[in-house]
Amino acid sequence: MVSVGSFIAYLIIALVMVIFSVLAVTTRKILRAATYLLFVLFATAAAYFQLDYEFLGAVQIAVYAGGIVVLFVFSILLTSHPGDNTAVLKTKKRIPALIGSVALFALVAWSLIDRVCDYVSIPKMSFLTMKDLGTSLMGTGHGQYLLPFEAVSVLLLACIIGGIVIARKR
Amino acid sequence: MEIPMICYLLPALFMFCCGVYGFITRKNMIAMLISLELMLNGVDLNFVVFNRYLFPGSLDGMMFTLFAIAIAAAETALAIAIIINVFRIAKDIDVQDLTKMKF
Repeated sequence: MVSVGSFIAYLIIALVMVIFSVLAVTTRKILRAATYLLFVLFATAAAYFQLDYEFLGAVQIAVYAGGIVVLFVFSILLTSHPGDNTAVLKTKKRIPALIGSVALFALVAWSLIDRVCDYVSIPKMSFLTMKDLGTSLMGTGHGQYLLPFEAVSVLLLACIIGGIVIARKR
Repeated sequence: MEIPMICYLLPALFMFCCGVYGFITRKNMIAMLISLELMLNGVDLNFVVFNRYLFPGSLDGMMFTLFAIAIAAAETALAIAIIINVFRIAKDIDVQDLTKMKF
């Protein structure tokens, strides 16, 4: 059972997600596309908060909205003039893309509605403490993730070195 | 009032389909990367929603999303490094004009 307030919050989140994800892929100014992506990421973070994963929402805001979008904005400003419009697409290319994505949506939505309509209410979950998170991130037992954690840290190190090597001025 | 599971899954699916559309139609490399982020974000939301509704006692879906966010950050940083390098060489990041390595 959720309150009316959180139902209204859900409606706003879903509306923001749908509207701004359409705008992010159809707008002709690329800086605006990055801004709309930022709104979608914020709405996703709000959805994580609403599903009781506060830590994940904080990570989403810090890494995606704070890091990735800033990277996007910097590289857009470096590589194109902010006022420029992108060229108008030929209908020849847009129609198949539209048909493909609508068909994908219809297919997956049909199978989802067929399968998961039974799960109507959100089950109770005990409050997720940082201790739970820490033990599941730092253990090697069942449902614990030490190996992926280390793999990600090595990946990030490789990414730092790779970024420096690729973008370095020769 | 209840919020069924499908009410979270459908916006996430819509986000993914928008990403597919954008990835096919965009020509600017950064705009393609933005569409890719939309797709990744929809998938992340899916993981979290399935975890919350079906397995509220475990943290598996949340951990998947956590690692997916970390990998997405690494991937974006590298992709932007490549894009800036391409821009330095070709003065353009439109994918249809980048034909230097074709023969």
